[in-house]
Amino acid sequence: MDFTLTQILHQLWIARMPIVQGLGVTMAAAALAIVVGSVLGVGVGLALTYGTRTLRWLTRAYTDFIRGTPVLVLVLASYYILGAAGVQLSPFQAGVLALAVFCSSHVGEIVRGALQAIPIGQIEAAKAIGLTFPQTFRYVLLPLAIRQVLPTWVNTAAEMVKASTLLSIIGVGDLLLASQEVISRTFMSLPFYFFAGFLYFTVNFAIEHFGRYVERKTQIPS
Amino acid sequence: MASNILEIQNLHKRFGAVEVLKGIDCVMKQGDVVCVIGSSGSGKTTMLRCINMLEDFSDGTIRIDDQDIGYEIRNGVRRRKSEKEIARQRALTGMAFQQFNLFPHMTATENIMLGLVKVKNMHRDQAHAIAEKWLDRVGLLERRDYYPGQLSGGQQQRVAIARAIAMSPKLMLFDEVTSALDPELVNEVLLVIKDLAREGMTMLLVTHEMRFAFEVSSRVIFMNQGRIGEEGDPREMFLNPKTERLAEFLKSSTFN
Amino acid sequence: MDYVLNFSVVWRSFDHLLGGLGLSLLLALGSILIGIVIGLVVSFALVSTSGIARRLAGLYVTVTRNTPLLVLVLFVYFALPDLGIRLGDIESFVATLAIYSGGYLAEVFRAGLLSVPKGLSEAGQAIGLKKMQIRLSIMMPIMFRNVLPALGSTVISLFKDTSLAAAIAVPELTFQARKINVESFRVVETWIVASLLYVCTCAVLAMIFRRVERHLAIPR
Repeated sequence: MDFTLTQILHQLWIARMPIVQGLGVTMAAAALAIVVGSVLGVGVGLALTYGTRTLRWLTRAYTDFIRGTPVLVLVLASYYILGAAGVQLSPFQAGVLALAVFCSSHVGEIVRGALQAIPIGQIEAAKAIGLTFPQTFRYVLLPLAIRQVLPTWVNTAAEMVKASTLLSIIGVGDLLLASQEVISRTFMSLPFYFFAGFLYFTVNFAIEHFGRYVERKTQIPS
Repeated sequence: MASNILEIQNLHKRFGAVEVLKGIDCVMKQGDVVCVIGSSGSGKTTMLRCINMLEDFSDGTIRIDDQDIGYEIRNGVRRRKSEKEIARQRALTGMAFQQFNLFPHMTATENIMLGLVKVKNMHRDQAHAIAEKWLDRVGLLERRDYYPGQLSGGQQQRVAIARAIAMSPKLMLFDEVTSALDPELVNEVLLVIKDLAREGMTMLLVTHEMRFAFEVSSRVIFMNQGRIGEEGDPREMFLNPKTERLAEFLKSSTFN
Repeated sequence: MDYVLNFSVVWRSFDHLLGGLGLSLLLALGSILIGIVIGLVVSFALVSTSGIARRLAGLYVTVTRNTPLLVLVLFVYFALPDLGIRLGDIESFVATLAIYSGGYLAEVFRAGLLSVPKGLSEAGQAIGLKKMQIRLSIMMPIMFRNVLPALGSTVISLFKDTSLAAAIAVPELTFQARKINVESFRVVETWIVASLLYVCTCAVLAMIFRRVERHLAIPR
């Protein structure tokens, strides 16, 4: 099928609202998944680093299970199981939950690595001046760990944006689904899949550069 | 009646099956400057770290300023105190480490202020003033806004000492604070410590610097395989060692 | 909520799931082998002295790393026919995953190439070896050992990505699981089993890579 550029741009203009809305849903899903997943992930990382043996074992089992499972399986499982369990979650919520769980396992690993990389002398110095462990964590470990995890965490954030496309498979009106709806109407597969890809690429590219900017800004002078 | 700053009685520590401290006794009064010497593995660092509970100890008592450190006897059972209580007791001592352990994400001033604000609950302005006073004392006031990564080893160690002293501890603990320094940076740190000694600070130092120990300490403890081998006046001990082990040790260490 | 776990339904269809897993592995194998070739070529381009080669290779890597795989899969399967390129579902997916993995593998190999001490390729030049010979006999064997850990985790990641083939109705493991789920309503059991199959396969792959790493380790 041959479409002229004018026709394509015309259809793009007609579909601008659904596409923008779709992009909004994508960003919202990714943002929610990143935030919830990161908070959970910090907990996971803490459990893996400072937990009792039982807690560490349980958390390991959790992360190994989640990381060994494809994200799509997590999304589908969340969608179908929560639906059958009578839990009133929309596809969006079920999908974001799955993404957040996925995110938490990755963030947990990152946080664990960063915490274990902090020299033990830091904790001893904090103890020596009388700080309790919560204080040590808040004023010494956390600031140091955050600087360490930043690049990898930004990577994970970009992964979440990419993973959000899987929500289209369970019917969430994200950018990909919106594009597919336009395509089913206009048959302009090539232009609109390309356009969707280009938008995702731009978002991730921006995230990558923002991450590098933040990394530069938070560097400790030496 | 002046109480002792530090009283250690029958201190034992086991690492699994190995007993590293086999019954240490030590008494320090206000203003005492005691250097602990000995070969590695003699337990000197372990003893120091038991005093501020960086290491647990298996038996015996440690008292600082009449308080039992780390453990208490309740109903005849020896029990470890709560983390909160132990943290509170740690503020009675100040420690300077071999690896300095300054917080890399804080300036020199902030490193010193952290304990003052968060442990002693001082107002930030007051803490700032104290921090600057101690930075001045160790000769680093113009570096107050520098980060540890921007300071030399000797400068970092001086800041670390200031950080510990600013907390007004009853007892200062120094764990081989010059061992990780380039030779030309050692002197600036020793000068600071000598200065503090002259002012009457009660200090317990684990050190390899024999000349320093000779010049500064009121007492020297020689540790050997988890026990105190010899103890006494530095001049006596270094020039007339009573035990053979100490004589060997002195021979093998640079004393000049 | 009344839900009694009943694995028998899933057990009866287990051979379908295993068949799906087999297809997943085949998809992964095909894509990764092609991807490795692409990745190697691109990685050499990334470290080459030619500015054009570096930029083109860099563009390729940036695009494949920042575009969602699902969009690429749908693009190749549904949009390329507009250009006359019509591929069957399996071929289309393997081609897509190969191109996608090429970008990631190129980065893995580039790190590996940079980890080879520069002096070695110079030594090769000094004894008169041609560029291609240097690459094959000197740089690649060393690079290969160095990249094994990163290569292993990338391969495992790509294996999990084969689940996206379900989106274009390729009957691999995820597709089969979804089919069983929809037909039997045994939601919990189906997905637990499917998930365990993936987890175990990944664990086996990880073990294989560790074995290879140990086997190839140069005695010190």
